[in-house]
Amino acid sequence: MSVFADQVFLLARRSVVRTIRQPANVIGPLVFPMLLLAVNSGGLKAETRLPGFPTNSFVAFALAVPFIQGALFATMNAGTDLARDIQTGFLNRLSLTPMRGIALLAGQLGGVVTLGIVQAIVYLSVGLAVGVRLESGVLGVLVLFAFAILVSLGFGALGAFAALRTGSGEAVQSLFPAFFVFLFLSSMNIPRNLIATTWFRDVATANPVSYLLECVRSLIITGWNGEALVLGFGIAAAIAVSSLALASWALRVRMART
Amino acid sequence: MRSFSVARAVAWRTLHNVFTNPSLFVPSLVFPLFFFTAFAGGLSRVQDVPGFDYKEGYTAFQFVFVLLQSAAFGGVFTGFGIARDFESGFARRLLLAAPNRSGILLGYAIAALGRWLVTATFLTGIALAVGMNVGGSGADIVGLYTLAVIVNAAAVLWAAGVAMRLRTMQAGPVMQLPVFVVLFFAPVYVPLSLLQGWIHAVAVVNPLTRVLEAARGFLAGTPTEVGAAFGAALLLAIAFSLWAFRGLRKAEAAG
Repeated sequence: MSVFADQVFLLARRSVVRTIRQPANVIGPLVFPMLLLAVNSGGLKAETRLPGFPTNSFVAFALAVPFIQGALFATMNAGTDLARDIQTGFLNRLSLTPMRGIALLAGQLGGVVTLGIVQAIVYLSVGLAVGVRLESGVLGVLVLFAFAILVSLGFGALGAFAALRTGSGEAVQSLFPAFFVFLFLSSMNIPRNLIATTWFRDVATANPVSYLLECVRSLIITGWNGEALVLGFGIAAAIAVSSLALASWALRVRMART
Repeated sequence: MRSFSVARAVAWRTLHNVFTNPSLFVPSLVFPLFFFTAFAGGLSRVQDVPGFDYKEGYTAFQFVFVLLQSAAFGGVFTGFGIARDFESGFARRLLLAAPNRSGILLGYAIAALGRWLVTATFLTGIALAVGMNVGGSGADIVGLYTLAVIVNAAAVLWAAGVAMRLRTMQAGPVMQLPVFVVLFFAPVYVPLSLLQGWIHAVAVVNPLTRVLEAARGFLAGTPTEVGAAFGAALLLAIAFSLWAFRGLRKAEAAG
């Protein structure tokens, strides 16, 4: 067990160090969601005047978006780094060692989750600095961090699966627009009950990203909403479990020692 | 005359590359349509906000933004192609072969216009198909598309200046991010009068705000700030043409 833990620790440290050494991989996930938050919270502030809008602060409403957008970046980072390991032959060399395959996946995802926690700290700090207060209190912060870890893990595993199946960094990068579509066709900018266009409201209702957003949003602007939390955690857990299963299977295929 | 023959050859090659390569063509076509769908469909309730007074409705309001955005990004995406030409060594051979190098810039600008015209045609067709209201006359619509053409030219000249200085695909974010920021610091979702706080202050001094407000006025048939909008757009295009030509000289000097 300690050998396995050592393997995971070494690979997680490698993943974190490698991410830190590429400023674009750190700055992008931190700055871009904040830029979008600034633009949207400034431009859409008037939306809070709509009857039925759940809060007077659009920043509080929109603060959920960076948490999910950051997870999309985690997918790209995890996938692109793993694809590079495949392309450079690192994975092939690794398969000649006694390293357990699952340690590689756990180590890689450990790095992604670490970055996810850093992102969550930055997003929450920015929110608090501009006057957002969590209705769910201190305990809500802990739940928010737990959710951020779960979402980073799930999306990171999804990126790892894409990398292991394709072995191409470009193929992983090409997933980004698809994830962006999911984000924009959700309740990202307006509550679902206020979406006037029927087909858009139906798409947003069927889109799992809406529930991930609404889970974070409930902790910020509502307090404790059991339904939103169960749906958000349930969907995030389902994504994590299925992505980890797919990534483990793809890793076994990729590292077949024959 | 020699500069036109160079421009024609560069434009033809660039357009041929774009239209025969789906990975280059499809994103520049799909993304504006996607933004139009996400903004006009998802945020249509914004027209019920007290003080929102754009009479043609939210679909038309967002169409104008997405049209200008597609024009700007049509120029930026062409800049990516210029950087790619430098990375592959093609641009250096082009600099050697062209009897008049100004024609190279002109060619890329024509190509940017060509690829955007295709996107604009699709976007306009879809907007009309989903029932967008158009209050402007023929002359107003010409004014709207002329503004978009100038924005397209300014964007490609900006991106070309960057591409010719840095000569690598890694310059992509340098070309893209400022354009993104300028576009989204304009009144994207609501009219200028409904913006509040810092974003209002930024939008007031943003030259693209004049262009966006005038373009929306053209579509509604109530042109406003036309002189300021054309002045701002032309000023950007002239400034970036100087930037691009100096970039061309730097690329020549780099050999």
